[in-house]
Amino acid sequence: MSEAIIKIENMNKWFGDFQVLKDINLEVEKNKKIVVCGPSGSGKSTLIRCINRLEEHQKGSIVVDGTELNENTKNIEQIRAEVGMVFQQFNLFPHLSILDNCTLAPIWVRKMPKKQAQELAMHQLEKVQISDQAQKFPGQLSGGQQQRCAIARALCMEPKIMLFDEPTSALDPEMIKEVLDAMVNLAKGGMTMIVVTHEMGFAKEVADEVIFMDEGMIVEKAETKEFFANPKSDRTKLFLSQIL
Amino acid sequence: MNKLTFLKSDRSNIQLVLIIGLFLITISIFDVFLNSFFKINLISFLPSKISFIFPLVIGMMGFHLIRIEYSGNRYIDILNKNINTSTFNAFLTLLILFLILKAIPPSLSWMILDANISGDSKDACTGSGACWTYIKVWFRRFMYGMYPNEQHWRINTAFLLVIGLGTFGLFATEKMKKFLALYYVVIYPILAFLIIYYLISGGYFGLEWIETGAWGGLSLTFIVSFFCLIFCFPLGMLLALGRRSSLPAVRYISIGYIEFWRGVPLITVLFMSSVMFPMFLPEDFFMDKLVRVIIAITLFEGAYCAEVIRGGLQSLPRGQYDAAKSLGMGYWKMHIFVILPQALKLVIPGICNTFLALVKDTPLIFVVGLAELAGMLALAKTNPKWLGFAMEGYIFASIIFWIICYAMSKYSYNLEEKYKTER
Repeated sequence: MSEAIIKIENMNKWFGDFQVLKDINLEVEKNKKIVVCGPSGSGKSTLIRCINRLEEHQKGSIVVDGTELNENTKNIEQIRAEVGMVFQQFNLFPHLSILDNCTLAPIWVRKMPKKQAQELAMHQLEKVQISDQAQKFPGQLSGGQQQRCAIARALCMEPKIMLFDEPTSALDPEMIKEVLDAMVNLAKGGMTMIVVTHEMGFAKEVADEVIFMDEGMIVEKAETKEFFANPKSDRTKLFLSQIL
Repeated sequence: MNKLTFLKSDRSNIQLVLIIGLFLITISIFDVFLNSFFKINLISFLPSKISFIFPLVIGMMGFHLIRIEYSGNRYIDILNKNINTSTFNAFLTLLILFLILKAIPPSLSWMILDANISGDSKDACTGSGACWTYIKVWFRRFMYGMYPNEQHWRINTAFLLVIGLGTFGLFATEKMKKFLALYYVVIYPILAFLIIYYLISGGYFGLEWIETGAWGGLSLTFIVSFFCLIFCFPLGMLLALGRRSSLPAVRYISIGYIEFWRGVPLITVLFMSSVMFPMFLPEDFFMDKLVRVIIAITLFEGAYCAEVIRGGLQSLPRGQYDAAKSLGMGYWKMHIFVILPQALKLVIPGICNTFLALVKDTPLIFVVGLAELAGMLALAKTNPKWLGFAMEGYIFASIIFWIICYAMSKYSYNLEEKYKTER
């Protein structure tokens, strides 16, 4: 068994008085694909936003790639460089072309020479099949293309872990498939992935484990087959019966 | 019923109605035209009150008649759509047209026909119109203030040099583009300062030293506006970031600064800078009055800039910050490459507004004894040899200020267009 690349212990988080995450314990091993599902407001997004500290947790510990997340900002910037993230709303930089979106961070964070960064970016854009759009601006692309560009942008940092925060929720049904295809390819390449999604088909296809969350707690965590075949808790059963 | 058909066409007699309508409008405009340009009243046989509103009534009737949908004439359709949509709009159209017609002859005769420009003393102004001789004689003073006449080339050369350096960005190669921001924010102001200091102020290289009290006129307007503009923008940017900072000390200092400077009138700030400020300085420390004034205006306008830029920062969605952070960018990288380029683009109109206000605030430096364009006017109009020409002077100054401000606002529109890549 390989070591855990993400280790969360007794993590708690509050938004004001409201407790969003309660005693989260989670270990993710290298190259594993985890799908997180659950009703809205259950804290899924907050959980993965905590992993690269877009949200701060108040209690417990999160260790990513051997580094504990704490007040030390330099550490956090290093961690974030190793952890790619894809957002529901794409969040591409609208003032930069697709290519510049992809090369910005490698050039300025990784200190990569511009030429090399552009080659890398074109390579990643090719993988998600939008290399022909490289000179366009995000506003000129469809939602699916934008989300694939966002994936390529995250991959250009050559991260060890990829986080997906409902990557297909803001897309037309037709475009969901192209984004999922890109993610499946990425999964087959051996990336460590944590995906918050409602796409159960995707979960069945690539996930090693599925986590079901409700009211800020991890209700059930099981191997994919086990999770869908005989869920243990009643809450999971109810959720699955509604979503499938 | 017959009468009503005549008042509003039923489309059977459409041509006739259109012609009558246009004829009535023409008559009404022609009447006012003759009246105002040649003092002829076509309808003087009518009682004076009726003859006064006669053109308006006739014109309104004409507009009423031609207000027909799909009249068959493209030009009449355009007219109806834009200035003749209702009786009230027709009324406003006519009123404005008449006012313009009435205003043209007197202003034309005052400004050009009856005006004088020849000669070089007050006696040359014999006409009843404007005395442009006054502007002509004082022109150099209005442009250069009390700066000695034979030294004016120094101001001209300095301005040309500064403008020349300012266009550097247009010729920068791809490789130098990276340093453009640095150039414009740091190097350019320093170079401009050195040029103006050594060339206009002088005292070195055999150039006669000319104290800033003698500077003035439009060139001083330019110098003050120029330095205030280029310094208040970066200051405003830092303050805007500071006000949104998560560090309490930085945040409260920024808030305190902004609220303080926005709360005091510029005129008191200028007084403080020139009268009070030197009292707190050590005896042997000397800072030129002009420099103090520029610093005062910069600090003052910086607070306004800060709030405009903060508006832009706040309009960016949080996702942009998240995305930049998730790529491992720190605070400064995130702001320089992702946040500020978008925010500044959004606030171009607001920044332009602040800058225009700044340029038009510069005449206030007259209160501390610096006479830029408007200040020179105030001096000139009290000159015993040239009493009574305030009007000409103010019109001249308004035109100059209008040209400067219009050029700035045009430039800001161009910038907006240039950076409109998305959304």
